Amino acid sequence: MRKGIQRRWDETHFGKMGSYYINRTFFFDVHPPLGKMLIGLAGYLSGYDGTFLFQKPGDKYEHHSYLGMRGFCAFLGALLIPFAYLTVLELSQSLPAALLTAALLTFDTGCLTLSQYILLDPILMFFIMAAMLSMVKYNSCANRPFSAPWWIWLSLTGVNLAGALGVKFVGLFIILQVGWNTLSDLWHLFGDLNLSMVTVGKHLTARVLCLIVLPLALYTATYAVHFMVLNKSGPGDGFFSSAFQARLSGNNLHNASIPEHLAYGSVITVKSARMAVGYLHSHGHLYPEGIGARQQQVTTYLHKDYNNLWIIKKHNTNSDPLDPSLPVEFVRHGDIIRLEHKETSRNLHSHYHEAPLTRKHYQVTGYGINGTGDSNDFWRIEVVNRKFGNRIKVLRSRIRLIHLVTGCVLGSSGKVLPKWGWEQLEVTCTPYLKETLNSIWNVEDHINPKLPNISLDVLHPGFPEIMLEAHMVMIRGNSGLKPKDNEFTSKPWHWPINYQGLRFSGINDTDFRVYLLGNPVVWWLNLLSIALYLLSGSIFAVAVQRGARLPAEVEGLSQVLLQGGGQLLLGWMIHYFPFFLMGRILYFHHYFPAMLFSSMLTGLLWDTLLRLCAWSLASFSLAGHVHALGILSLLLGIAYSFYLFHPLAYGMVGPLAQDPRSPMAGLRWLESWDF
Amino acid sequence: MLGFLQRPVVVTADINLNVVALTAVGLLSRLWQLSYPRAVVFDEVYYGQYISFYMKRIFFLDGSGPPFGHMLLALGGYLGGFDGNFLWNRIGAEYSTNVPVWSLRLLPALAGALSVPMAYQIMWELGFSHCAAVGAALLILIENSLITQSRLMLLESVLIFFNLLAVLSYLKFSNSQKHRPFSPSWWFWLMLTGVACSCAVGTKYVGVFTYLLVLGVAAAHAWHLIGDQTLSNVHVLCHLLARAVALLVIPVLVYLLFFYVHLLLLCRSGPHDQIMSSAFQASLEGGLARITQGQPLEVAYGSQVTLKNVFGQPVPCWLHSHQSTYPMIYENGRGSSHQQQVTCYPFKDVNNWWIVKDPGRHQLVVNNPPRPVRHGDIVQLVHGMTTRLLNTHDVAAPLSPHSQEVSCYIDYNVSMPAQNLWRLDIVNRESDTDVWKTILSEVRFVHVNTSAILKLSGAPLPDWGFRQLEVVGEKLSRGYHGSTVWNVEEHRYGRSQEQKERELELRSPAQMDASRNLSFMARFSELQWRMLTVRSDDSEHKYSSTPLDWVTLDTSIAYWLHPRTSAQIHLLGNIVIWASASLATLVYALLFVWYLLRRRRRVCDLPEDCWLRWALAGALCAGGWAVNYVPFFLMEKTLFLYHYLPALAFQILLLPVVLEHVSGRLCSPLMSTSF
Repeated sequence: MRKGIQRRWDETHFGKMGSYYINRTFFFDVHPPLGKMLIGLAGYLSGYDGTFLFQKPGDKYEHHSYLGMRGFCAFLGALLIPFAYLTVLELSQSLPAALLTAALLTFDTGCLTLSQYILLDPILMFFIMAAMLSMVKYNSCANRPFSAPWWIWLSLTGVNLAGALGVKFVGLFIILQVGWNTLSDLWHLFGDLNLSMVTVGKHLTARVLCLIVLPLALYTATYAVHFMVLNKSGPGDGFFSSAFQARLSGNNLHNASIPEHLAYGSVITVKSARMAVGYLHSHGHLYPEGIGARQQQVTTYLHKDYNNLWIIKKHNTNSDPLDPSLPVEFVRHGDIIRLEHKETSRNLHSHYHEAPLTRKHYQVTGYGINGTGDSNDFWRIEVVNRKFGNRIKVLRSRIRLIHLVTGCVLGSSGKVLPKWGWEQLEVTCTPYLKETLNSIWNVEDHINPKLPNISLDVLHPGFPEIMLEAHMVMIRGNSGLKPKDNEFTSKPWHWPINYQGLRFSGINDTDFRVYLLGNPVVWWLNLLSIALYLLSGSIFAVAVQRGARLPAEVEGLSQVLLQGGGQLLLGWMIHYFPFFLMGRILYFHHYFPAMLFSSMLTGLLWDTLLRLCAWSLASFSLAGHVHALGILSLLLGIAYSFYLFHPLAYGMVGPLAQDPRSPMAGLRWLESWDF
Repeated sequence: MLGFLQRPVVVTADINLNVVALTAVGLLSRLWQLSYPRAVVFDEVYYGQYISFYMKRIFFLDGSGPPFGHMLLALGGYLGGFDGNFLWNRIGAEYSTNVPVWSLRLLPALAGALSVPMAYQIMWELGFSHCAAVGAALLILIENSLITQSRLMLLESVLIFFNLLAVLSYLKFSNSQKHRPFSPSWWFWLMLTGVACSCAVGTKYVGVFTYLLVLGVAAAHAWHLIGDQTLSNVHVLCHLLARAVALLVIPVLVYLLFFYVHLLLLCRSGPHDQIMSSAFQASLEGGLARITQGQPLEVAYGSQVTLKNVFGQPVPCWLHSHQSTYPMIYENGRGSSHQQQVTCYPFKDVNNWWIVKDPGRHQLVVNNPPRPVRHGDIVQLVHGMTTRLLNTHDVAAPLSPHSQEVSCYIDYNVSMPAQNLWRLDIVNRESDTDVWKTILSEVRFVHVNTSAILKLSGAPLPDWGFRQLEVVGEKLSRGYHGSTVWNVEEHRYGRSQEQKERELELRSPAQMDASRNLSFMARFSELQWRMLTVRSDDSEHKYSSTPLDWVTLDTSIAYWLHPRTSAQIHLLGNIVIWASASLATLVYALLFVWYLLRRRRRVCDLPEDCWLRWALAGALCAGGWAVNYVPFFLMEKTLFLYHYLPALAFQILLLPVVLEHVSGRLCSPLMSTSF
């Protein structure tokens, strides 16, 4: 672990967020806060001061103390093995099965690599496995309901569910699994006529308390801590609504006082009501040739910038409304206005050219010189659900801007412009007047020296509103992570066959390279085991359904296979198949929670199958050893494969694998592995 | 043999006048004034163009659905003697006299009309009273959205027809299962279920949800059958095999049959050729086949070839070079090798010709006998018109700086030696000594010195590159990707020693003989894959809506508007039916849960057969609604109100089920004994 003095890959990401917690600056991330909070805490306790910049992968840590954070993740990663061991032991009541599972996970290079670094995955997997273990434990306490261990395991399940969901949203899958288990458990109790309805009611209440109320409370609590700790303005401000930003010290809206009603001559920023879209923005670059008219670009931009400032002017005069001799004139609902970009003095403009990305909308540009343009610069300002003639309030009025000539509505499509648009978001004028959040805006900053300022304390949102908004922003952020065209992306079907790994650090032969790839022997064994399980499981299920009488020993084994194995298979499916439906960009490491379940299934399956073999060969003299020999050879094979592939995780230096002098020579079994 | 002399010929006709009457009213409602309006209504503009393609037998590619639905519409055109000459470009355009509007709209209308008596039959087979059955049929009859949709050249009514047919024939089958398994009618209905399912899938992909529902119900019934210990093992096996054949094998075969007929009909090349592979195009009459017919199959040293990129994104293109060189310094200040440009060009051009050369010899003609090029051979590629060699070296590519520049080598005497050896890697080889074949072989060119792979990056070059697409040497190849794979499209053996003659030869069209036919399965899989992956621009539409709008009927579609009289056709649901059907679903769900819980506590409100009937009706009707509705929440394409109609048809069937149950069981408990 110490050898990795450079930062690896996603460490830039999560390490930085750990630093943010230590520095208490607000940031935005697509994952819930618990994981990063724990990393931050570990860093804080181990004396990391949050000053390392985490700018790009491969920087040296130098004097910064990063071992605390790495050690914390590695410790949680190491705990996975005992957890898996205990889970399988509980499910199968068989030591060899549990040992086999533990060996599979210990000797898997992928799990090892993933838990060595400052990443969210070890933390997530820790909570998932802990939840699974406590669920299995409390299932086996079912004959002593309401006893102390029963309560402990039940509430521990709840705690770990909250943890899993608090680290990443994929924690939802383990919640589904526990939920399914609980439902079938309750269904079972409900059908037991020996239990009175009162007892069933007690059971139900206990589960609601421990598996719904407790996790929710804990999950909410992590957010409460998150918002309490991060009280300084930081890089994530622009993602959130104006009201949200008012809570952050250092933000220009914090304890701010600005004029309340919009007047002509005010300098304003306009923010989209849709979350994570940002401010109406323009800059001194033109749309490239072939994309609409060659006029100045208008976009939305998430960060605060001088180019977000617009001056609101009357449509027919160009006189300076800030002239002290003129009376203040307020902008009213239904007025015809002109918006002039402060930095470039061009007017917000639209015309019958198609927008760059959303072809059915009209293009929005900056047009005119020093504020003089044409009639396509006129917009009618309307407040949603208000009467005509009312004044327009800063921050609180939800406004629409309707283009006078074409009748379209100013909106943001939320699509990312290509490189020429600096990857800001597209602004269009939509001819479809259906009211959506895309076309609703609010005025955020407001500067007008002629108006009295009022304090904005009224804006402070309540905690539920903050929670809701943070979630909306995260969900939008998550679905915004789309793969780019022509990019090699990881597909879910790649994962179980270990098709392609993920380069953690180093490319060239002189670099210190770490490559995230599962131990192929373990992974392919897992894959084989799933097929074998489906086969043997269905044979037993059909036999039971046909009412075949099995010998007592086989009966017991088939119970282990169908019930214990069924739970593990369900876990694997729940943690794997939903990825096929996800539109966001996917990575290899998303498969690891599912891989844990499939390893446990492998351990359980081989033990059971070998026992069955031993039983059916009972008439032969050596039959008793079949089981022991089988398990032993599996263990040895796995250990040897780990010996072969360990440089992937511990790092390799030297030539790439094609070269016979490389430590990995001859081990590039699939051409798609690039180490 | 002459039995009819002894006994009279007796025909016992069992005519249910209800069904006859319902069919008559159905036909009346759907067929009355069918050819009004004589103008293109809404999506007819979309399906119409495909009908024209069928009439002219021109190949097309449509990603929206499999070909069966389109073929049915085209059948209408065929029966009406349509010649395909109509320009489908605008909604509301008047049909010219050669368009047989009536017969084009006939088949969807018939499908819509026959849904009415089928609703009756389904209710009856489910074991409900004639009253409920007539009610269900009448509800389907008067639902105005269904009428609107059936009277036009659209596919929803066809889809609904096959959905209902699949359910009806399954019910008939499972009812005859009780009395006479393996009788002719049992086989007939079983087979019809499979055929109807695949017709539904063949009309629109969403038909697959109904298919899955029927499969699910059949699987549940089969599972009960396995548990039935009065049947012998052989008997059970026969039952299972019959179901597997009828519900799994037959639908696949029928689905393949649709494509077979589709490809048989569309034998001429057309505007969508470009998207398909060279091999596919060569199988169509005209177009590429005219050129490639008679080419030699095996590429030999001295062959003249054009190389097409297999991935072909953003556009299909051929490896190309021309006299111009890379600019010395790019816009962003980086330098280039200033050698001759190599690009990918989307049009046929004499500069797309390359000559395969043996590095050890100087001649550019084919020996007699030709020496074929095999997998793993080292070759040089000579650009036909300039006789420069394809080269790559450690210089950053113009637009993808992480990859190598590819050029045609010019010796400037600046200590930059030629690196023009390429190893041929046949991707789809069967053995390691495979010969490089025209059109069929997919090859990669691996650079010998740097092991870079020739790749289409897809980025359009600036003006100096004439906006052709950039070609690079990819150093870090990550597995198979179409953009690194090329195939020979046009091919002939070079004969001319002299450059002048060769240029003449390159300009003359190739003529030689040999023919290659792509197998049906290869054509099917390519076409199906392209249909599923063809990207439709997910543009928003004036009348697009979200699934939530459908239940509340918060949306409608203006199908057609007469330009002068303002007569119009509008797709809008019957709000009474809509609301009561939703209410019925809710009531059903609540009652179902209530009964289920009570049964679990051994309180049986319903007798066993009544309960089974109630559950089956729910599984098919409420289930049919759910499977045809819920998946739309996950779809990212543009959605319209008419997507809800298949779900609605099932939901309407649930209404009489619930009404009869409620009136019979809850309102008059005395009647309950009659069940």
